[in-house]
Amino acid sequence: MCLAIPGKIISIDNSDPVMITGRVSFAGVIKEINLAFVPQAQVGDYVIVHAGFALNKIDEKEAETVFDYLNQISRQDRFEDDKS
Amino acid sequence: MKYLDEYRDPQAAERYVREIARIITKPRTIMEVCGGQTHAILRYGIDQLLPDKIALLHGPGCPVCVTRVELIDKAIEIALHKDVIFCSFGDMLRVPGSAKDLLSVKAEGGDIRTLYSPLDALTIARNNPSKQVVFFAIGFETTAPVNGMTVFQASRMELTNFSILNAQVLIPPAVELILSSPECRVQSFLAPGHVCTVTGFQDYERISSRYKVPIVVTGFEPLDILQGIFMAIDQLEQGKYIVENQYRRSVKRNGNTEALKLMNKVFRIVDREWRGLGEIQNSGLALTDEYSMYDAEKRFGLTYTIAEGLTDCISGLVLQGAKKPPDCPAFGKQCTPEHPLGATMVSSEGACAAYYRYK
Repeated sequence: MCLAIPGKIISIDNSDPVMITGRVSFAGVIKEINLAFVPQAQVGDYVIVHAGFALNKIDEKEAETVFDYLNQISRQDRFEDDKS
Repeated sequence: MKYLDEYRDPQAAERYVREIARIITKPRTIMEVCGGQTHAILRYGIDQLLPDKIALLHGPGCPVCVTRVELIDKAIEIALHKDVIFCSFGDMLRVPGSAKDLLSVKAEGGDIRTLYSPLDALTIARNNPSKQVVFFAIGFETTAPVNGMTVFQASRMELTNFSILNAQVLIPPAVELILSSPECRVQSFLAPGHVCTVTGFQDYERISSRYKVPIVVTGFEPLDILQGIFMAIDQLEQGKYIVENQYRRSVKRNGNTEALKLMNKVFRIVDREWRGLGEIQNSGLALTDEYSMYDAEKRFGLTYTIAEGLTDCISGLVLQGAKKPPDCPAFGKQCTPEHPLGATMVSSEGACAAYYRYK
């Protein structure tokens, strides 16, 4: 129910400033999505979409942290092995 | 697809599993709150990859599952009206009420439509001025701003033939209910990433410090869930209890302020009864006075209540993490996704349906 998937904004229509909408591509499938909750979003940004609404912009800088964290804990692992 | 495929990389998943096995020293019990996480855990077999020392309990985070029977009965009564177009997310149609479900009303000729977005109900209302259009507004904080914006837009469009049957609930009070039970076995929570995308996680910081329980805000892809589990175990092993944010690409500490502003304008917090859990204080959303004209219960004059019927179904205990689906005498026998006794067998995010499909 709380399913939300990432999509890329390919155009924005802000003719109604309260209900900004945009065309968003989900791996090539394009849907009209409400962008009212992400007024700062630009064409080319990725957003997390739930029930026709973008809930947030995906933070590109944070997108790698899953892998950075893994590399960091693996290094700790090797460090502990070296000590023992 | 970007921002999905990379978080399903099997080699990185294996490495996370190895790291979890390295740091865990004794049995640990973690609850994933959200049904979407339960679904992913069973779909990708994450529970099978983890060390035996880890027990995953499945939480109440499925709005379809916790909507009480009385509201399903009200939905059915509204949908039976000749001049009503009843709109809902698809999952709700097969949830059993006390006598029947919405799908059987549709089979009997009721005009019931399943929507992708609640905004579609406004188009239906505008195109059918002689009909009353009612949207079954279920959902957690993820969906509340969406439902709220729909009501807000109905007001801007001056629609007089649109209303919502409101079944919206909030996650933190349910987490506190589970933690305050004397039988609570949960040592750490994976908090729901999309709920927190909207709300942020300050409520969870208060819960974590009050109950001395580690909470990790977690996403929905296999690597997200494995990192969330690693962080939870790491805190338990170190005797720490703070809120950590695994799902940083989507969640900020203060959430989405635009969405929260809209939610607070359209809705106010009320006590609400959850199917299987009972009444939980401050756990529901109702329309504020300014928008109360869009309340379907008022518009259709529905006030009665019906007690929940007795069956073998133990979905209430499953929702609290006290029992697993196979513990139920009806699981896979009288109760299947085609003929569900309880809502946890209906929704694809219900623990029973996920076990039936993947186990």
